Amino acid sequence: MSAGVLPLRLGLVGSPNSGKTTLFNALTGLRARVGNYPGVTVEWREGAVAFGGRRAVVIDLPGIYSLEALSPDEEVVERVLAGEFAPRPDALVVVADACSLERSLLVLAQVLRRAFPTCLVLTMTDELRARGGELDLPRLERALGIPVCGVIGHRGIGLDALRRLLAEPERWPRPPLLPPESAPDRSEWAASILAHVVRRRPGASRTTDAIDRVVLHPVAGTLLFAAVMVTFFQLIFAWAQPAMNAIDAGVGRTAVLARSALPAGLFADFVADGLVAGVGAVVTFLPQIVLLFALLYLLEDVGYMARAAFVIDRVMGRIGLEGRAFVSLLSSYACAVPGIMATRTIASPHNRLATILVAPLMTCSARLPIYALLIGAFVPRQQVLGPLGLQGLVLLALYVTGAVAALCVAAALKRTLLRGEGLPFYMELPPYRVPPLRLLASQVWGSASAFLRRAGTIILAVSVVLWALLTFPRSEAPAGASPAEASRHALERSFAGRIGHALEPAIAPLGFDWKIGVGLVASLAAREVIVSTLAQIYAASDEGTGLRDAIRADVDPRTGRRVFTPATVASLLVFFVFALQCMSTLAVMRRETNSWRWPAFAFSYLLALAWCASFVAWHAVAAWTGGA
Amino acid sequence: MATSPPTLLLADLEPGSDARVEAVEADTPIGRRLLDLGFVPGTPVRVLRRAPLGDPVEYELRGYRLCLRRSEALRIRVQRSDGGEPPQ
Repeated sequence: MSAGVLPLRLGLVGSPNSGKTTLFNALTGLRARVGNYPGVTVEWREGAVAFGGRRAVVIDLPGIYSLEALSPDEEVVERVLAGEFAPRPDALVVVADACSLERSLLVLAQVLRRAFPTCLVLTMTDELRARGGELDLPRLERALGIPVCGVIGHRGIGLDALRRLLAEPERWPRPPLLPPESAPDRSEWAASILAHVVRRRPGASRTTDAIDRVVLHPVAGTLLFAAVMVTFFQLIFAWAQPAMNAIDAGVGRTAVLARSALPAGLFADFVADGLVAGVGAVVTFLPQIVLLFALLYLLEDVGYMARAAFVIDRVMGRIGLEGRAFVSLLSSYACAVPGIMATRTIASPHNRLATILVAPLMTCSARLPIYALLIGAFVPRQQVLGPLGLQGLVLLALYVTGAVAALCVAAALKRTLLRGEGLPFYMELPPYRVPPLRLLASQVWGSASAFLRRAGTIILAVSVVLWALLTFPRSEAPAGASPAEASRHALERSFAGRIGHALEPAIAPLGFDWKIGVGLVASLAAREVIVSTLAQIYAASDEGTGLRDAIRADVDPRTGRRVFTPATVASLLVFFVFALQCMSTLAVMRRETNSWRWPAFAFSYLLALAWCASFVAWHAVAAWTGGA
Repeated sequence: MATSPPTLLLADLEPGSDARVEAVEADTPIGRRLLDLGFVPGTPVRVLRRAPLGDPVEYELRGYRLCLRRSEALRIRVQRSDGGEPPQ
């Protein structure tokens, strides 16, 4: 293998918050490729570059505190260094924050023992100076016996020298003596090097101290936490709405346009109702996802996310989760898709998985249309407690049931399937920093495009399949039928209609008939789709009052009794609290856990929960109201 | 836990205290990780503050800050160094 043919492989190693990602972005620009390491949930990122005409691949390895692997992140680093996923790196670049060099030397010592050509890059040298610290870099170079380079990653200072260095790892000096192995010996080794090279130790960051006096104050800090979380929720929930409405309208117009441009028939139906609607189902998530990631990365990079987790950790710790899970569960009130993506900030894999598995229980905004339909149609409009109406109380009860269920399931999972993995809880509280805008933009872009590629394709495929189930086989409507009746006729005879009928024995104990069965099948596309599907089945003139009146009046032809009794309504509401009727959530779970196993598990356990809870709800309400 | 005279654990310290690490629970993955994080015997540690709900607690050592839950801070034996020689 001649070095001129294969690109040089350079691995970036460093602890979280060392400035590794900023350096990676500065070196590779937007040319990074993002993916998953096979079999684990850890993301890999690499970028192809040229250093002085020499081709190289820079690999951004996950942040680590030690080479002795405890977490999957650290295992990935171990396996990359062993050359398991791809050829072994040709050289390693250890990235260290100049302000906490003492800590970084402990990891550097471990890396040097692996005998790769290694160099050390010190980041945040500007912050070091601002805090009154001074390091003698030439002396550090001599003491370590490897090249040392100081950079200010986000301003691009020192990068040219670094690029020249990175072009020729063959010429890097190797340390004459390897550092010791045990932690106490490594610590002594680090201390002796520091004694040589530190001219002045940096003082504590005054800005960080001043901000933390407020942000972590028992009262002010708690209030700020609540304010940040409310704002966060409001942004995800409400501010994305105009953009989502615009996308919805755009999708509608595109469908109409497609219909008018294409000859009427199956192909036009496929394009308008299958393809365009499917693409719309994907794109409609983009405003929320872009907003979510922009906020998440901003809070994380500024340094607040760790503080927020610090404030709420005790509460989440009670149920076996950790502080960072709070943000994810909160986002899930808007939508489980961004909520599940937000779990990326949780380091412990078991905690992350537990959070992912319960996120769908938080009442997302897609449940509101079906709640609104059923509550509006069947719950009397009466005041109960002062200004509180019965309808509002029922809605609140549905929200609370979901949240309580999420906490209980998380606690149960952490005591059984996802029992403690022996990972200690520790979390760095990094100094506050102003993240460079370019870094934020590239992080958001990377995450959003990964969503489009990895989850979007699945969502699109499932939309098309659901469209086909609702369309085929095609049947002629009886002569003289109105368009609404014809559409109802076609739906009942479609595969989805047949599935609805076939499901009836399984859902009859919950008080559901085949029509609700069809709605449940269709709502896999997205929960709110059940409303438009019911409108189609009932051949209703509109999805508001028309549908409401139709379902109120519906009578089972065999028994002569009403289909929607209070018991059925309660049962259906409860079903939607629990059931994971959402292919987008499943697709994102698949993407985030890198396997179909966990989405399958989540779907099954939530379906089982939904069935049991609906069964109980139906019987309870039926007994209370004196029979079905 | 050890029975030898007054054993002081990191978890026992109040915010504002300065201490030196004396020993870390040995031979468990958690103990080894605490060592890797820098809780090596002899290291000066300052207790900065408790979270509003009492746990976790923020510490400063080796030029950086991190928080540990009580369950982890119980694994680190320390010696007070308040008023003693200034850390390094």
